[in-house]
Amino acid sequence: MKRVAVIVFPGSNCDAETLAAARAAGSDAYFVWHHDTDLRQADVVILPGGFSYGDYLRSGAIARFSSVMAAVSAHARAGGPVLGICNGFQILCEAGLLPGGLMRNARLRFLSRPAWVRVDQIDTPFTCLYEKGEVLEIPIAHGDGRYVVDPRTAAELEATGRVVWRYVRDNPNGSTNDIAGIVNAGRNVVGIMPHPERRMRAVLGAGNGDGDDGARVFHSMEARHATQHAVDVRAVDDRHLRV
Amino acid sequence: MRAFRVEVRVMPRGTLLDPQGQAVEHALHALGFDDVARVRMGKHMVLDVNAGSRDEALARARAMCDRLLANPVTEDYDLVVDGDAFR
Repeated sequence: MKRVAVIVFPGSNCDAETLAAARAAGSDAYFVWHHDTDLRQADVVILPGGFSYGDYLRSGAIARFSSVMAAVSAHARAGGPVLGICNGFQILCEAGLLPGGLMRNARLRFLSRPAWVRVDQIDTPFTCLYEKGEVLEIPIAHGDGRYVVDPRTAAELEATGRVVWRYVRDNPNGSTNDIAGIVNAGRNVVGIMPHPERRMRAVLGAGNGDGDDGARVFHSMEARHATQHAVDVRAVDDRHLRV
Repeated sequence: MRAFRVEVRVMPRGTLLDPQGQAVEHALHALGFDDVARVRMGKHMVLDVNAGSRDEALARARAMCDRLLANPVTEDYDLVVDGDAFR
């Protein structure tokens, strides 16, 4: 059973579903308030979706300076798994834990509807239970979802297999290379724009029985193999020694 | 020490799609302003910075832009301190 810290910022609004999704996958999940500086021996950190600080200035720009983010950065730099969903992805980019940034949707509209994404990489802590090339139906809910990155970094992401999820059928927001989610070079920090926590039960789908397409994101972190533990044990401040 | 009036102009990087600017441009064309092209939308922020000199105020404002006010991946900024423009 992994200890999963779900960070709550002022304006987070997917924190409860994310906590429920992690618990449904068997994790010992709990909330950590953005003022806190202690992740309480977390094995995994999740930054949930929402509108932290009202998306003022830029999405995620103010949240990244929250007290808790120093601990999240330390956890990430020590190799600990971190998942950012939607606003969490935006915060990870603003914090420099993932490259690039997320800008206003190409056609300006706030999009809240199902989207289709293909799993392109399964060697991450959050996709290891999927099959490569699997297409999932996962909802999007964002105004600033257009992933933007300089051409050199985009080429590097492609060459090193760091595009984890890609939109298929259509590109809803004008994202570079149809990117829906990426992983850092260390392959422990992952960001995704769609909301896997909203597809945790078969009954939630569009009638095709695929309403649990997002569940394996959370089961993956729980099922993560032993080599990940070896990385965790080297983490700083004894934080992972209990694994 | 005195307060310097700093204006920060943040613009989406020129090579990136600016859907807000495009929407405004289309609206202007619809109103008959056919002489308008390449509309871009950014942010304008105005702040007072306490500093011992204009150079110090400028340096502080740059630090604020680099850390928070502009995103170096997607935006460019320029500054005006007490009416004088700086890149």
